[in-house]
Amino acid sequence: MFSNILIYFVVIPLVMMLGLFLCRNIKQIRAVAVVGSVALTALSVWLLIDYLALRADGVSDPMLWVDSWQWFAPLNIHLAVGVDGISIAMLILTGIILITGSFASWEIPQPKEFFLWLILLSTGVYGFFISIDLFTMFMFYEVALIPMYLLIGVWGSGNKNYSAMKLTLMLMGGSAFLMLGLIGIYYHSAPEGQPLTWNILEIAKNDAISHGWQTFLFPMTFVGFGVLGAMFPFHTWSPDGHASAPTAVSMLHAGVLMKLGGYGCFRVAIYLMPQAANELAWIFLILTGISVVYGAFSACVQNDLKYINAYSSVSHCGLVLFAILMLNTTAMTGAIMQMLSHGLMTALFFALIGMIYGRTHTRDIREMGGMMQILPYLSVCYVIAGMASLGLPGLSGFVAEMTIFVGSFQHSDMFHRVFVIVACSSIVTTAVYILRVVGKLLYGPVYDEHHLTLTDAKWWERLSTATLIVCVAAIGFFPNFFIDLIKFTFSPEIFTVIGLN
Amino acid sequence: MDYSQFLALKQEIGLLIVFLLVFLYDTFAGKKSAKGVPVAACLGMLALTVYGFFESGAQATSAFAGMYVGSPVVAAIKNILNVGVLIVLVQSLKWANSEFTAVRRGEFYELILLTLLGMYLMISSRHFLMFIIGLETASLPLCALVAFDKHRYESHEAAIKYVLTAVFSSAILLMGLSFVYALSGTLYYSGIAAMIGSQMGVMLAVALAFVMAGFGFKLSLVPFHLWTADVYQGAPTSVTSYLSVISKGSAAFAFLVVLTQVFGSVYEAAWEWMLYTLIILTITVGNLFAIRQVNMKRFLAFSSISQAGYIMLAIVGHNAMGVSALMFYTLVYIFSNLAAFGVIGAIENATGKVNMTDYNGLYKTNPRLAVTMMLAMFSLAGIPPFAGFFSKFFVFTATLNGTDSVALYVLVLVALINTIISLYYYLLVVKAMFINESEEPIATFRSACSERLGMWVCVAGIIGLGIVSYFYDYLLTVAA
Repeated sequence: MFSNILIYFVVIPLVMMLGLFLCRNIKQIRAVAVVGSVALTALSVWLLIDYLALRADGVSDPMLWVDSWQWFAPLNIHLAVGVDGISIAMLILTGIILITGSFASWEIPQPKEFFLWLILLSTGVYGFFISIDLFTMFMFYEVALIPMYLLIGVWGSGNKNYSAMKLTLMLMGGSAFLMLGLIGIYYHSAPEGQPLTWNILEIAKNDAISHGWQTFLFPMTFVGFGVLGAMFPFHTWSPDGHASAPTAVSMLHAGVLMKLGGYGCFRVAIYLMPQAANELAWIFLILTGISVVYGAFSACVQNDLKYINAYSSVSHCGLVLFAILMLNTTAMTGAIMQMLSHGLMTALFFALIGMIYGRTHTRDIREMGGMMQILPYLSVCYVIAGMASLGLPGLSGFVAEMTIFVGSFQHSDMFHRVFVIVACSSIVTTAVYILRVVGKLLYGPVYDEHHLTLTDAKWWERLSTATLIVCVAAIGFFPNFFIDLIKFTFSPEIFTVIGLN
Repeated sequence: MDYSQFLALKQEIGLLIVFLLVFLYDTFAGKKSAKGVPVAACLGMLALTVYGFFESGAQATSAFAGMYVGSPVVAAIKNILNVGVLIVLVQSLKWANSEFTAVRRGEFYELILLTLLGMYLMISSRHFLMFIIGLETASLPLCALVAFDKHRYESHEAAIKYVLTAVFSSAILLMGLSFVYALSGTLYYSGIAAMIGSQMGVMLAVALAFVMAGFGFKLSLVPFHLWTADVYQGAPTSVTSYLSVISKGSAAFAFLVVLTQVFGSVYEAAWEWMLYTLIILTITVGNLFAIRQVNMKRFLAFSSISQAGYIMLAIVGHNAMGVSALMFYTLVYIFSNLAAFGVIGAIENATGKVNMTDYNGLYKTNPRLAVTMMLAMFSLAGIPPFAGFFSKFFVFTATLNGTDSVALYVLVLVALINTIISLYYYLLVVKAMFINESEEPIATFRSACSERLGMWVCVAGIIGLGIVSYFYDYLLTVAA
């Protein structure tokens, strides 16, 4: 079991939790958090290099490092692991955000409990991305959700009790639909007479889910994951939850956890039930289209920095689901790029907001101004993050959104094209709310004289933000590298089934 | 008469021996040595539990012309109950030696062992006469147990309520059985099933309704649940924990046996929709009422009502997976609920506080108790990787096994949505302990050794039972 490299993505966090449990002071806790998350990132980078080498050698399995260990024999439940380019990209993203998140919560109160929950959450996230067995996938998914309650409830700010409960119940509500969908998939996973299976690869190969069941199970799973992807009208947990969460949790949640939704929608709902996806996509296109536009407009009228960014996340994550539903190679590639791009950029945003809030003790943009004079480093970072968000070429947002809209417009029918144009309008709206914040917050006169005494970023804050900016720029400058990484998954196989290009 | 058939009753005889030893010890011991009675009872129960595991591989046997049967399934559920009773007995050690109870501590253990004997018979019987004897042996001592705190008014009130409901529900059940007898002329499960065939008549429908109502009272299914909250609140905590897990688990299994073996042939015609309605009502109403509770024992009463609904869900599948899911659910439920009651009991013994608001800020003062309670709540709510997640999952898969019925998918969806409602109120407890601040929190105290032992065992069960696949696999093997 331990000969497979992937299992260490779950083992290392568990070891970290054990280490944290034994820690006696804050220095040890910081050491464990940083060393562990660096180890996880290093592991995923190593995996990436190996993956590219294997693909270059012409290995053409859909997933690599596939392994499976029996767990509950009667139900054919396995702990099955395997990764492809998309999962590896997500693993790297998780690692980076975990490192930067650890630095961002350098001075958190009750650090031991905080990091225990945070690492438990990341155990769930890692487990989810490496699983190819629906049961273990679902289990890790829920493991990732529940620590949020205490992370927001104990360390959060503002209306934290309400937000924590709302977020937990809504996400768990989504997973209720998901669980029914997954059990349904299991019972229709193989043709008559063959053993049923939870393994995604086998289910896809069997292709045994009848058309009728697909039309029932596809909405179940898509909505189940869609809730976590902040799909309208199930997005309302996102603004409240992100606004109340402590910095590192907002970063991890918006940066990684929301990606679980998009990833699950693709990997389970669309991959296993392509026919239904093709037929029912229009319903969800409308819903995600609303997310994209409505999220952007909502962000324009908010005054709380975290709310602005949370609504912007709704808009950007809506774009991920929107692109996935277009069901063609270019748009789906764009969706994965957007997942990466949004993960990094929103983590950067939340980290910066946390740092500004830690100094000014307010997040209301009406009560701040002229930050560029006081906190030049943080302000410049904020501008860069904003530029990435509104899609400035050279940064990650441009690449992702460009790919998405070009891919989406390939559809020749009127319905899709109209919706693409509507969704495109969000680019303009994004520019409005980003520039509004930049103008009010960073430029102009200093609003509050007390702010003049504030000090700029400390070394751990600089490290955290600089890492994220480098990553955002890397995607912007070398998109081909990432597209090469994920292109294999969108190979003709899945698309011929669907009957698209 | 062939006396060798008594050998089939090894577990019952073992329990009887333990009971008699405790009884004799309690009766003849002097004032000083009587202090050892609770420990002796625990040791006896431990010996019986260990012995039960050696017996579990036994072949199917029957005695008294088929009125009593023994099989691996029956042995397994008896073992599960044994483990639960053992934990209850260990957890009650401190309470049994407290000021008011010490005089009568022997009685507590004797009565508990006696009810367990009744449950054994109820589970093993394949004849309704034997079943009723078991049922009454199980419920009458419980009435005395509920009234155990003589000095407390609530305890009396609870006991009266319990006596009346127990008698009333037995009467209803007997009424139903008399209809069944009138239909078939026999009281053997197999005989009745043969006589009924697959024909559905008015008489059978009435009989089934009465039988279900009778069991509904025992299992506190909605709308037969009204006694539950008051009795749970009034009874001593040790008795409440016993009532909520052991009594419920055995009744659920007996219900399963009666429904599948006696009325199995009229499943679709008669009791499928009855059970369907009962389950939806039980889960939903139990959940909605639990939200508003402030007393922890009342809170767990309503939570246990809704949990009973999930146990019933395993019967709907009426297949081997359903049987194993029911047993596994019972096993996990025993560990989770006893962990919760362990914490409640420890806090009640130390400070006398039982309200949810008293738990505010518990994590600051008593972190271990708070964490134990949190694990119990997560397990009851079905959060992975704790055992409750697995037990709920197995119940759902068992329900949907081999069926494409839309109605069952809807049923499972309703149950799943209800898990979200239940998560809300379980999180309220977690919130009280971890998030809320309190001006006068429960002072830091060290709970008794026995209480800690009980909680450690429960926590080990909550964490281990699901992740280690052996337990479920074993239960499925014996059920198949």
